[in-house]
Amino acid sequence: MLKTFPKGGIHPKENKLTSSESIKMMPTPKAVYVPIAQHIGIPAEIIVERKEKVKKGQVIAKSGGFVSSNIHTPVAGTVTKLDMIIDSSGYKKQCIVIRTDQKDETNHEILDFPLKKEIIMNQKDILQHITDFGIVGLGGATFPSHVKLDLKNDNHVDCLLINGVECEPYLTADHRLMLEKADEIIVGIQILMHALHIKKAIIGIENNKKDAVKVLAKACKHDKRIKVAALQVKYPQGSEKQLIKAILKREVPKNGLPMDVGVIVHNVGTIYAIYQAIQHNQPLIERVVTVTGKNIKDASNFWVKIGTPIKDLIEEVGGLPEGTRKIVNGGPMMGKAIKNTDVPITKGTSGILVISSEEASRKEAKNCIRCGECVFVCPMGLEPHLLMNLSEKGMYEKASYEDITTCIECGSCSYVCPSHRPLLDYIRFGKSIVKKLATEKN
Amino acid sequence: MSEEKIVISASPHVHSDRTSKKLMYDVVIALIPAFLVSLYVFGIGALIVTSVAIISCIVFEYLIQKFILKSEITILDGSALITGILLAFNVPSSLPIWMIIVGSLVAIGIAKLSFGGLGFNIFNPALVGRVFLLVCFPVQMTLWPTPVVNNTAIVDAVTGETTLGIIKNGLMYGETMTTIASKIPSTLDLLLGITGGSLGEMSALALLIGGIYLIIRKVITWHIPVTLLVTMLVFTGIYWLVDPETYVNPMIHILSGGALLGAFFMATDLVTSPMTKKGMVIFAIGIGIITVVIRFYGAYPEGISFAILIMNAFVPLINSYFKPRRFGNKIKSKII
Amino acid sequence: MTLSILYSAFLLSAIGVVAAIILYIVSKKFYVYEDPLIAEVEDILPAANCAGCGSPGCKAFAEKLVGTEDISELFCPVGGNDVMKMVSEVLGKEVAEKDPTVAVLRCQGGCDVRPKTTEYQGPRTCSISAMVYGGETDCQYGCLGDGDCVNVCDFDAMYMDEKTGLPVIITDKCTSCGACVKACPRDILEMRPRNKRDLKIFIGCLNEDKGGIAKKACSVACIGCSKCEDICPKDAVIMDNNLAYIDPIACTLCRKCVVVCPTDSIIETNFPPKKVKVAKDKPKVDKTKVDKPKEKVQSIKKTTDA
Repeated sequence: MLKTFPKGGIHPKENKLTSSESIKMMPTPKAVYVPIAQHIGIPAEIIVERKEKVKKGQVIAKSGGFVSSNIHTPVAGTVTKLDMIIDSSGYKKQCIVIRTDQKDETNHEILDFPLKKEIIMNQKDILQHITDFGIVGLGGATFPSHVKLDLKNDNHVDCLLINGVECEPYLTADHRLMLEKADEIIVGIQILMHALHIKKAIIGIENNKKDAVKVLAKACKHDKRIKVAALQVKYPQGSEKQLIKAILKREVPKNGLPMDVGVIVHNVGTIYAIYQAIQHNQPLIERVVTVTGKNIKDASNFWVKIGTPIKDLIEEVGGLPEGTRKIVNGGPMMGKAIKNTDVPITKGTSGILVISSEEASRKEAKNCIRCGECVFVCPMGLEPHLLMNLSEKGMYEKASYEDITTCIECGSCSYVCPSHRPLLDYIRFGKSIVKKLATEKN
Repeated sequence: MSEEKIVISASPHVHSDRTSKKLMYDVVIALIPAFLVSLYVFGIGALIVTSVAIISCIVFEYLIQKFILKSEITILDGSALITGILLAFNVPSSLPIWMIIVGSLVAIGIAKLSFGGLGFNIFNPALVGRVFLLVCFPVQMTLWPTPVVNNTAIVDAVTGETTLGIIKNGLMYGETMTTIASKIPSTLDLLLGITGGSLGEMSALALLIGGIYLIIRKVITWHIPVTLLVTMLVFTGIYWLVDPETYVNPMIHILSGGALLGAFFMATDLVTSPMTKKGMVIFAIGIGIITVVIRFYGAYPEGISFAILIMNAFVPLINSYFKPRRFGNKIKSKII
Repeated sequence: MTLSILYSAFLLSAIGVVAAIILYIVSKKFYVYEDPLIAEVEDILPAANCAGCGSPGCKAFAEKLVGTEDISELFCPVGGNDVMKMVSEVLGKEVAEKDPTVAVLRCQGGCDVRPKTTEYQGPRTCSISAMVYGGETDCQYGCLGDGDCVNVCDFDAMYMDEKTGLPVIITDKCTSCGACVKACPRDILEMRPRNKRDLKIFIGCLNEDKGGIAKKACSVACIGCSKCEDICPKDAVIMDNNLAYIDPIACTLCRKCVVVCPTDSIIETNFPPKKVKVAKDKPKVDKTKVDKPKEKVQSIKKTTDA
């Protein structure tokens, strides 16, 4: 029996249409739109001006605090304007527009990318590089990586978990990355182990990616400290807490962090970005994006420069198919529906999903029949039906008592509800209010 | 129509195929074997009672929603259909038509819609209807037609008692269990349904097939039926072991009366059962114990309908005390 | 037979007497002293329990009024000055006099002028759809049209106009409790002074986008052209982020700005209709309008930010 987390979880149709498509290089777009808020925390501060020439990899927005991150220009060119563009949050956000020139000058000495195994940097430099090079969690939450790696003295971390689960249906970006850059990922893991003095690392991969399990197991053969764990296919295994529970049987306490149980979790994409930053001096300026959908002609995976508008990518896979009614930034379970295709790719975009009209519309919500299905599938042991009612009626104190804030917003409850009730919509709203009330109290 | 616009909604953007309608129709499918057996055993009477119950339930729901509540009409969601079938399954096949219509009115009007419709009712509507009829018309409700094994024969008004009724009466007249045992149907007859009783509780086998279908289709979980039956088995088993002369074999208890119908179809009603697995187990143990207590000490030979209704009243309490274990709750957090 | 009737009657009365004694003892024993003034003040208050004063209900507000030394900061917006004056008489404390206010909707983006570009699916409440994205139209500042403000109004002073999809405030019923202002996730509703004839001039738009984008999203949007700022004789128009705001304190209701606005995004209410028509026909300021008796604009604390 393969490992998995014990409570809850669902198994939506995988629909991994692009798992056999190797990652293609997306041509450099004519212009990039780089938002300054691409990570959780304080938005970065713009340090370039209009008409300024920038070189590829140059910092264009500086980290605005500890929980923040630098932003680098993914292309060489000229800053044409500082504009407001709708991003995947659905609101207009400040972003830097850069027109690409043909010279493609680089700021950093980016080497041609042969595998570079020896780690020559010392621990302090590695952490500094990760901070400077704008590395954030590429799994979707975009949490600045240096914050995760900033260990306090009382945190005893003994295990590094690498998240290669990719439990979202449709998405295959991490899968392809693991297949094609296995050696680099292993070196990336070794860098982190070296920097944090961790003796053990486990790569968690769901068993629907058997080839990736094999390739990575082969790549880490020479290093006894690294292991690969194949996991049962179950959503939301890619969630940090569920992954730790599945692999190590440790339970992150309520309102706690993985560090509290001696674990650090990083996505494989992040590990690859760290490898690039440390070994090849390349800041985080591109990432793998899956462009998929049932009606998309040439659905595939791409290396995309941050800031490329989504419409360029859609053009690349053969244009928006007839009858498209929803475009999702991310996977179908946790992704955000976007308003138009001008939205740029950010550090957190792991996929673009195009949904046609039959599947796009929500069904009408009916009465709750109290079947308890939402309670069974909730991986956090919550009662979604109750939380929805409490937040609908504005009983936020009770909702807080019922642990509404521990909801990981995986959407399993809304997925299974036979009455199509908008459970997560209300819970997410209630959660935000409860959090707001709590901060006001303090 | 205007051109279709891009749809924006919050995640998740996919949904499972389960709908409440499908769940309801799965229950209907699961009830078909039991219905076929009753049709075979009771002939045309079963068909009349069932169809009257279904039609009157749906019609009452439509009329009440249309003219009294003036709300959305939900007769097609299948819940009124199930209430009708279950109500019919819980009455004798010789029940006068007007009585079943009254029962339907009570089930739909009082037990379901006055609480707010599907999902808000505290008590199982079909059982409320059944108990109402049992209390108001005890004679007609316990007048069981004898089984007609031969299809061509016409149901006559000869009273065939239920197995549990035979036992209860026998004990009342001071007969020993051996004498009583010779009167009651064999276990095989109970399994196949060659016995007296309400319309749908005839064949244990047919009910089992339906129940297993529901579990396979994941409409219900095993927790309620299995716990309920095991509780009854253990409870009656203890009595039987202590005094086999006064108490009947526990297998008879499980296979006779409404035990199986109640365990698989009534107690598991999604709306009126607890929402956590722990709660379901407590709920089912409660039903099991109350049922046996009524069978042994109560005035009625059968008590599962009362037992389910009594435990239905406890469901909100069970829901608020037996909560699922929160992830990460038992470990001391450094942050707090 | 008679005996049993007598017996039950006696038993029942006995139970009644015992219960009465217990009740009496308990009420004596657990008696809580309450200042009779609180009840008296509570009787004066409107009993709407709207929480517009900041307290959770009228009773709590009465306790606060009685318990606080200086009550000049406290005010019942529903009862207004009359009620506060009565409270002042009862308590013998000084109360502040505030000018009546009324809620106004600072958005004119109805369905006809602000086309929908996307379709929202999900719970129809402004607070939730505002979390998901910027709204069905291209304007992310305007009304979402799901009626949270209408739902919180305790006084039936608001309704949704089905044609435009915008809420409408019935000024006569509005008690200025401020519930709608708090409920709106976009801060579109604002409390503005209401004078005797309920004359108001305000910008009916909150769009901070650049002119072209704003105009494209909504034909009555404020495009930030500053014309109103230039013409205002009292410097009551403040320009910020491509958006004008009329300061209700400084504004003298001269209506000059209404005429110059190229997108009709300045709303004026309850002015004589005929004159408005004349003013609209001629681009230049009409003399009759300027000579109009000026209403005394009183100071008012702003409840929302511009």
